Amino acid sequence: MLQDEMRNLYQEVIFDHNRNPRNFHVMENANRIVDGYNPLCGDRLTLYLLIDDNEIIQNASFQGEGCAISTASVSLMTEMIKGKTVKQAEQLFEQFHNITTSHDDEIKLEELGKLAVLAGVRDYPSRVKCATLPWHTMSAAVKNEATTVTTE
Amino acid sequence: MNITQTPPLNVHRLRSDFPILSQTVRGKPLVYLDNAATTQKPHCVIDAISNFYQKDYANVHRGVHTLSERATLAYEAVRKQVQQHFNAASEKEIIFVRGATEAINLVAYSYGNRYINSGDEILISAMEHHSNIVPWQMLCKQSGAILKVIPINQQGELDLNQFEQLLSPKTRLLALSHMSNALGTINPVKQMIAQAHQHGIPVLLDGAQAAPHMQVDVQDLDCDFYAVSGHKLYAPGGIGILYGKQQLLEAMPPWQGGGDMIRRVTFEETEYAPIPYKFEAGTPSIVDTIGLGAALDYINTIGLDAIANHEAELLAYCQQQAEQIPQLKPIGTAADKGAIFSFVLERVHPHDIGTAMDHLGIAIRAGHHCAMPVMDYYQVPATARASFGLYNTREEVDVLIDGLKQVIEVFG
Ligand SMILES: Cc1ncc(COP(=O)(O)O)c(C=O)c1O
Repeated sequence: MLQDEMRNLYQEVIFDHNRNPRNFHVMENANRIVDGYNPLCGDRLTLYLLIDDNEIIQNASFQGEGCAISTASVSLMTEMIKGKTVKQAEQLFEQFHNITTSHDDEIKLEELGKLAVLAGVRDYPSRVKCATLPWHTMSAAVKNEATTVTTE
Repeated sequence: MNITQTPPLNVHRLRSDFPILSQTVRGKPLVYLDNAATTQKPHCVIDAISNFYQKDYANVHRGVHTLSERATLAYEAVRKQVQQHFNAASEKEIIFVRGATEAINLVAYSYGNRYINSGDEILISAMEHHSNIVPWQMLCKQSGAILKVIPINQQGELDLNQFEQLLSPKTRLLALSHMSNALGTINPVKQMIAQAHQHGIPVLLDGAQAAPHMQVDVQDLDCDFYAVSGHKLYAPGGIGILYGKQQLLEAMPPWQGGGDMIRRVTFEETEYAPIPYKFEAGTPSIVDTIGLGAALDYINTIGLDAIANHEAELLAYCQQQAEQIPQLKPIGTAADKGAIFSFVLERVHPHDIGTAMDHLGIAIRAGHHCAMPVMDYYQVPATARASFGLYNTREEVDVLIDGLKQVIEVFG
């Protein structure tokens, strides 16, 4: 069965978020809006954040079109960062970056909660950027750095 | 494509010529359907490379010693072979380059710098590979020339009415793909070249995709330049061909300076070598050229007409089988098409298709195929593409179609 053979990369959570992405809408009162673009595969997303004066991410949503990996990644990310401080979100990105690029046994997948389902991409070098694009976009958004982020 | 009657290929025997094909990928027999990106190499090409290094290798055009003379003879013999294969009028019209990309850049640089000025127009099409867009954009930026683009229609065919209107007194060059890598379209180049010539406009054809799939006769087409990549033609990477009409090449300035391209050098002045050497500065890719010779021998023993027929049959079979999949939309449905099947699936991104296929041992391409303007035209981020070569079989098409059905089930 194809599904069984791909389980390493495509876990059920990924299929679920791909079919029913969470926070998939425009946010009217967002105060950070940044586009992410992966020219290699044509994936595009727009990330909306509402960050309050205490640097807490009050709300996160997205729009766009991408593969199952990038859609699940951004959907999971918006769930995870809601309510977190900007600093916490950036720390999460760092941990996420580690699990998607290295096989280091020190990494504690449990700390990442649901995000750990994306760890499989580390065995698919050409797909890593699909998973990390949303996070690069978020990182630029919280820093107020750019309006468009690309993976290249 | 014009189909001539040829006996069917003995594909199962031909497959055994390609050692790489007999492996398994993720426990499944490899189904290699990424031939538009690059083709696999037959034993005879691999052996020619290995034998040459073991017995004949030396630098060319430089020594009086036996090995150098042997290497030079072998290297120049391939030029002759290429001339005959493409029916060029003279060996002098065959320049060895790294690939189609370098061939096009050579023309953009050398021909462009001499003949293309501010306000002039360069005409390309909406289905070009980036390698037949970017060199012209760079030239336009530098010279002040203007890039014009022949549009395509939904089938992925050129709009020939628009083409005619775009031929203007300011057009200095038409640069056009003979066959599109993203859509498979084979353009009516012979007729278009004749039209361009009526306006005195020279024509460069990007033959990277066409050369592996059909017999190309540059004199019959009457193109002014023709660019080819060896690696898509069952030859090694790092070797390609630029054909150019003698008169044009002789009038063009060299593009790189160095050894081999000179007749006499003093610090005051350099006298350039005659063509083709004027355009071959430095030690060339000698052994890859030998490999190209072996690949041409191999293809010609089978016959390009027989290869073209076989691939046309595979494509027709694939398109017909794909009709069973209602979620599949082909991208590129031109009446005249080469062995490329580009498509999208409803609700499944091409990247996921590519990864899923890989789990079934199937190598296809997913992406923009270095033709982003084509993706923009069809408003898709990317497509999946299966492309056929002489060694592919109907059974492999069946594996692909079955795989796509599984993908839809899993992702749908
Ligand atoms: C139509 C077309 N033109 C040009 C090229 C460039 O060839 P190369 O990368 O071998 O120089 C390709 C290869 O991808 C192609 O398909």
